[in-house]
Amino acid sequence: MKREAIKDLLYKIADDQLILGHRNSEWTGLGPILEEDIAFSSMAQDKIGHSLAFYTLLHDLGEPEPDIIAFSRSASRFRNSQFTELPNGEFDFSLIRHFLYDNAEAIRFEKLSTSSYAPIAKVATKLKGEIKYHVLHANTWLRNLGSSTEEAITRLQNSLNTLMPYALGMFEPSVHEQELIATGIYPGEEKIKAEWLTKIQQVVAQTELTLPDISSLPPMLGGRAGQHTKYLQPLLNEMAEVIKIDPTAEW
Amino acid sequence: MYGGGNTFEATKAEDLEQEDAVKLAEFEARIAQGEKIEPDDWMPRLYRMQLIRMIEQHAHSEIIGALPEGTWITRAPGFRRKLALMAKVQDEVGHAQLLYSAAETLGKSREEMLTDLINGKSKYSNVFNYPTYTWADSCIISWLIDAGAIVNQMANSKGSYGPYCRALERICAEEAFHLKYGHDSVVFMATGSPAQRQMVQEALNRWWSQIMTFFGPSDKLSVHTETLMRWKVKMASNDECRQQYLDMYVPKIREIGLTIPDPHLHKNEQTGQWEYTEPDWEEFRKVINGDGPCNAERLGVRRMAEERGAWVRLALKNPTAKYVRPLA
Repeated sequence: MKREAIKDLLYKIADDQLILGHRNSEWTGLGPILEEDIAFSSMAQDKIGHSLAFYTLLHDLGEPEPDIIAFSRSASRFRNSQFTELPNGEFDFSLIRHFLYDNAEAIRFEKLSTSSYAPIAKVATKLKGEIKYHVLHANTWLRNLGSSTEEAITRLQNSLNTLMPYALGMFEPSVHEQELIATGIYPGEEKIKAEWLTKIQQVVAQTELTLPDISSLPPMLGGRAGQHTKYLQPLLNEMAEVIKIDPTAEW
Repeated sequence: MYGGGNTFEATKAEDLEQEDAVKLAEFEARIAQGEKIEPDDWMPRLYRMQLIRMIEQHAHSEIIGALPEGTWITRAPGFRRKLALMAKVQDEVGHAQLLYSAAETLGKSREEMLTDLINGKSKYSNVFNYPTYTWADSCIISWLIDAGAIVNQMANSKGSYGPYCRALERICAEEAFHLKYGHDSVVFMATGSPAQRQMVQEALNRWWSQIMTFFGPSDKLSVHTETLMRWKVKMASNDECRQQYLDMYVPKIREIGLTIPDPHLHKNEQTGQWEYTEPDWEEFRKVINGDGPCNAERLGVRRMAEERGAWVRLALKNPTAKYVRPLA
């Protein structure tokens, strides 16, 4: 039973990273300034590299090879939050998602680094140092743009309003939640969400933006159970376009 | 990667008539002794203009070149290739950043350069006006176009302008990894399944004429560049680079069982020179002047990126900040 709970946890973490990494990589060559092009590209590499680390842990638990898990499942078997699969939109949309996601990711990894399941703790300890820079990047940009021109502030506020319900979907509890908490593997989504809210509130308070009142926002759930928006399957089709020409070949 | 085969304007004797003869002689003597010219040193107007033109073309080639390859990042087959391609294309954009900084030391801002790119006033490597139909095209670019870039950049890194040479040294170090990645990905396909072998051979067939035009028109057709060569702006002739490239890569391509689509390609043992079917220079001219399969698309994407990012750049602008020339 515990094994299933761990697998479920690993899948949702890895799938979030892979899908968001994919979205980040779509900024390559299109960033608003060269430095941001490079930054998104760099974070995309980290995210996809992190997903590989977690898929490798899954493979160690008897799941197929990382290339098979990542490149051949259909959307209904993905456990990422809907938040990560939404198309990039304009830079304000991608920046807000980056801000909301990475602040949560940093807390998640901090907690995982003391997980009672040693393989997760080891990987999280190694990777949390990279996520620190993602957070630094997101918060710096939010502070800069969030108190700049009227257009920038309006854009960011609109994206924040649109994305907040999806961001709450990141904390959709798993069916194994109580078991993971009881065994000290993972502290549970509620705990991470509470710390995340405090953290993002602090940063938003340094800008001219307003955090939407989450008590009246229904979270966009379903991703962790394989229910996705219409955007995920086309993304996966694109990801598998070459590999499926000859899945048995070495590329 | 990099364009190579820069388009230079012919230099004329009257270009130098306005220059101070004593300073010009000192300048030329420094270059002849192998000294580097630095941003605040005296330099002839023509030297400055041609360098801006060359470095700018190079920088544009890096960001435009990121598009045909970048489009394969989301489709790369497997984690290993995906992570490597992402890192490679990121490097290319980083090269653009280094090169725009080097060009800025000569007095033209990045913003002006990007505006000239979008307006079609400045050029970039012609090869990127061709499409990448399959994954194999992106691998052929990573190997054989980047290989051409290295030949060109190694030569240029021995040039006379300090900031450009230093940027090129850093760029060449990274390009060496791109070459390994490109070679590795082509080898896997060339020695893989029948479908993979067919894919990569077809990609080579498509790209061969672009590879042959990569270094620019034959010296017989090129404009006179003696002054630029004396000033170590242009370091090797187009044909010299092409011959060196063929020497290095024809055996490597044949070694992995690929067929080069030119029945006349052979090395003349008497002259030591490669002989080949001349690529279609008329098409080259047509494409470089804007009429190629992807010119409009590439510039369209770049223009869209600039327009979509305009509000970000505006928001970042600090009205009290002064323009500072980058260090290079």
